[in-house]
Amino acid sequence: MSRLAKPSIAAAALCLIFPLVPVVPEFWVTLMNYIGLAALVAMGLVMLTGVGGMTSFGQAAFAGFAAYATAVLSTAYDVSPWINLLIGLALSGGVALAIGCITVRLSGHYLPLGTMAWGISFYYLFGNLQVLGAHDGITGIPPLTISGHALTQGRSYYYVIWGFVLAAVVLSENLLDSRVGRAIRALRAGSVAAEAHGVNTARTKLVVFVYAALLASLSGWLYAHLQRSVNPTAFGLHAGMEYLFMAVLGGAGNVLGAVLGAAITMILKDQLQNILPRLLGTQGNFEIVVFGLCLVALLQTTREGLWPFIARFGPARPDKVISPHAAALGARSMPEKGARLLQVRDVYKNFGGLIAVNNVSFDVRAGEVVGLIGPNGAGKSTTFNLVTGLATLSGGEVTWLGERIGGKSARQISRRGIARTFQHVKLIPDMTVLENVALGAHLRGRAGVLRGMLRLDRSEEARLLREAARQLERVGLGDHMHRPAGSLALGQLRIVEIARALCLDPVLLLLDEPAAGLRHLEKQFLSRLLCRLRDEGMAVLLVEHDMDFVMGLTDKLVVLDFGQIIATGTPDEVRSDPKVLEAYLGGVA
Amino acid sequence: MDSTILMFLVQDGVVNGAVYALLGVALVLVFTVTRVVFIPQGAFVAYGGLTMAALEAGRTPGTAWLLLVMGVVAAGMELLRRWGTSPPRVMARILAVDIGVPCGLLAVSLWLPGHGLGQWANILLTFALVIPIGPVLYRIAFQPLADASVLVLFIVAVGIDLTMTGLGLVFFGPEGYRTEVFSAVSFSVGPLNISAQSIWIVAMAAMLLGGLFVFFERTLLGKALRASAVNRRGARLVGIPTSLSGRTAFGLAAFIGCLSGLLIAPVTTIYFDTGFMVGLKGLIGAIIGGLISYPVTAVAALVVGLLEAFSSFEASAFKEVIIFTVIIPVLLWRSLTRPHIEDEE
Repeated sequence: MSRLAKPSIAAAALCLIFPLVPVVPEFWVTLMNYIGLAALVAMGLVMLTGVGGMTSFGQAAFAGFAAYATAVLSTAYDVSPWINLLIGLALSGGVALAIGCITVRLSGHYLPLGTMAWGISFYYLFGNLQVLGAHDGITGIPPLTISGHALTQGRSYYYVIWGFVLAAVVLSENLLDSRVGRAIRALRAGSVAAEAHGVNTARTKLVVFVYAALLASLSGWLYAHLQRSVNPTAFGLHAGMEYLFMAVLGGAGNVLGAVLGAAITMILKDQLQNILPRLLGTQGNFEIVVFGLCLVALLQTTREGLWPFIARFGPARPDKVISPHAAALGARSMPEKGARLLQVRDVYKNFGGLIAVNNVSFDVRAGEVVGLIGPNGAGKSTTFNLVTGLATLSGGEVTWLGERIGGKSARQISRRGIARTFQHVKLIPDMTVLENVALGAHLRGRAGVLRGMLRLDRSEEARLLREAARQLERVGLGDHMHRPAGSLALGQLRIVEIARALCLDPVLLLLDEPAAGLRHLEKQFLSRLLCRLRDEGMAVLLVEHDMDFVMGLTDKLVVLDFGQIIATGTPDEVRSDPKVLEAYLGGVA
Repeated sequence: MDSTILMFLVQDGVVNGAVYALLGVALVLVFTVTRVVFIPQGAFVAYGGLTMAALEAGRTPGTAWLLLVMGVVAAGMELLRRWGTSPPRVMARILAVDIGVPCGLLAVSLWLPGHGLGQWANILLTFALVIPIGPVLYRIAFQPLADASVLVLFIVAVGIDLTMTGLGLVFFGPEGYRTEVFSAVSFSVGPLNISAQSIWIVAMAAMLLGGLFVFFERTLLGKALRASAVNRRGARLVGIPTSLSGRTAFGLAAFIGCLSGLLIAPVTTIYFDTGFMVGLKGLIGAIIGGLISYPVTAVAALVVGLLEAFSSFEASAFKEVIIFTVIIPVLLWRSLTRPHIEDEE
């Protein structure tokens, strides 16, 4: 937040005095109130769509749930609106949890489809229930009261709405800047890397979805007591689409973009509703034509929305401060050197008729660097995926310290101290190198959503960031930690992945082609680093094509060809093995 | 519920379900080939029905103007892209096809209404006006985004739907229309009265589904589409342009939508926004088919039609609620049977 301290104080001051100026027409106060309400919903969508890579068309229905809850309870049962707020939040949150549970495990497009169906169902259900006033809705909702003072004026209600908006901005920004926030931001880059570092991606998706629904229902509750009446139209599918439009317009990746998007949309809508019918000579909701075209044009030109154009004039985001005093994170005790860690026995994997890995067996011991080599398509990466739980075994068994881990999920396996890098780098390009690496330490922190939002996680967060910085220094990329990962060269990104894996405090490190794209000196540096890790008792299993690198570093080699082991032994033994020469060179050279 | 009502509901359900099946299959087609969840599918239904209604009423349908505007935009984008690289001959052809053809169609639409050449001329002109909107729409809205994620394409599709629905209101106004039936004959089977129009609907749907099967199994273009659906990059490498597959898929979808509109317009009053709900019911079928299986989609859409018929009898106020809640158990079942870690896009 400090980046925006000055402009946001100025903006906040402006917002504060705005309704107090008597010359400001009532119309603008009302418009500002509706912008605030829309901004709350859009903010949830920004978290969901822009940050988390999911989307929902049902946000208006979540707002409707809370609005109807307070409408019914305060008119028919005389319950205090403030209690209704809690009930509304609980109801919407519960529904979001249920819809989320069903859809988060499915491909990305099922969530929007599910929410679309939910939006339509909601509209027709509430429009046909006589208890809820059917299509006429419910009127005569009492105003909100604060210590006996009824807020019937738009000018006083303004402070309630914008107070909530401000709180939501701060809490959302805090959440994104926390341990859970990193996991949320990692969702957009696919689940594999996050799962391999212990992030429960399904649960993380659910957290964002419910959070977005709660913001929407807060808005719905405020709406009901501002409007003093509710009907289903405001919560239908088209309203849901409009909220998504705001989020995309303002800036899909930025919390404040939601406020911007809401403001532009509401003002534009108001203007278009005046102009278009006059232009066309008939009445109708013609503004949706413009909204639709804007949406298409926007996504074709800039997926980041309009916020980045405004943020450009603000000060740059300051680098994260690494506190040198933060206590080091607790580390795992390393097993004794030479202890058998990983046991791969007769592992078999077929994709339909293609046998990728055929009865492969090998061991990895503590303090040992094992190389897995072989021509392209030999099954090396598949073997990695089988060990780390990213692919399911068709046969055989993988054992870790005597415990069978074949069939366990990537997340469960990562918890045991097995970390990996990927052949195709899986980092989040728009996150800094430091934050990318800190994701690796996910399992070494505890702070959840609430602690993150309320900034109660700061001492733990400092320790996590310090660990990430330490690992980056260790791999020689300390100078790059504040740059976005997307700005580094491919070779450097591979090293960043190693730092991220080291943050997991691993006992076994699996590296998929770590030296690819590195220059000579960088390779030497990497080689020395891996030797040092080995001396500390860590085991390393690596796939690599650079034979000089492999031969100079490894203690043992496993050679695969067409999914089968054709040789095992020390680098010297393997180098002179006729079968290996045959596979690599097509005959004895 | 006696057997007469039962039979009546079944007939009603099958007729509606046949249309949903057509739309569902079109949605699967578009999704597999282009990864677009084609929300505006239903808008083509409304455009088809309302264009026909406008022609019957002796008015020039707004779709004729729309096609011209879209042609100008598409030609502009194409020329800009090819500026300085393509020979003038190619540029001239783009202008002729994208702007010349819509101009011709507009001229016919302006001339025809006063000269009433009958129902079949109107049907032909409706097809000629509505079908090209599909491929041109693909070129304008989706081709520049061919590499975007499913989610971005989804949101764009929603944007297109908003625009098309809004334009439908501009072109055709808020009133609903019905068109003339293809033939007014009806048959009595026992207590049941079957209209020729419902036979038309079911027969056309069956024929079209069969035709699609032949198209995908027997023709080169159909096989090219299937190849693009399985692996776009692979298809491109063997010489199937992604844009051709995309345009063809959108053209077929527009055709199916327009045909559905023509089929139901004589029996259902069509409003500018009717298509949205009709399309979504096809989409429910497609979701049950996993957006991948044609036969499952067709059968599921038929079931949606039947469910709609029965729920409108049993609880008419809540029929939409019932139909749209059906997908929840389907999604649940999918979620439980194939939990997997997603790593694409």
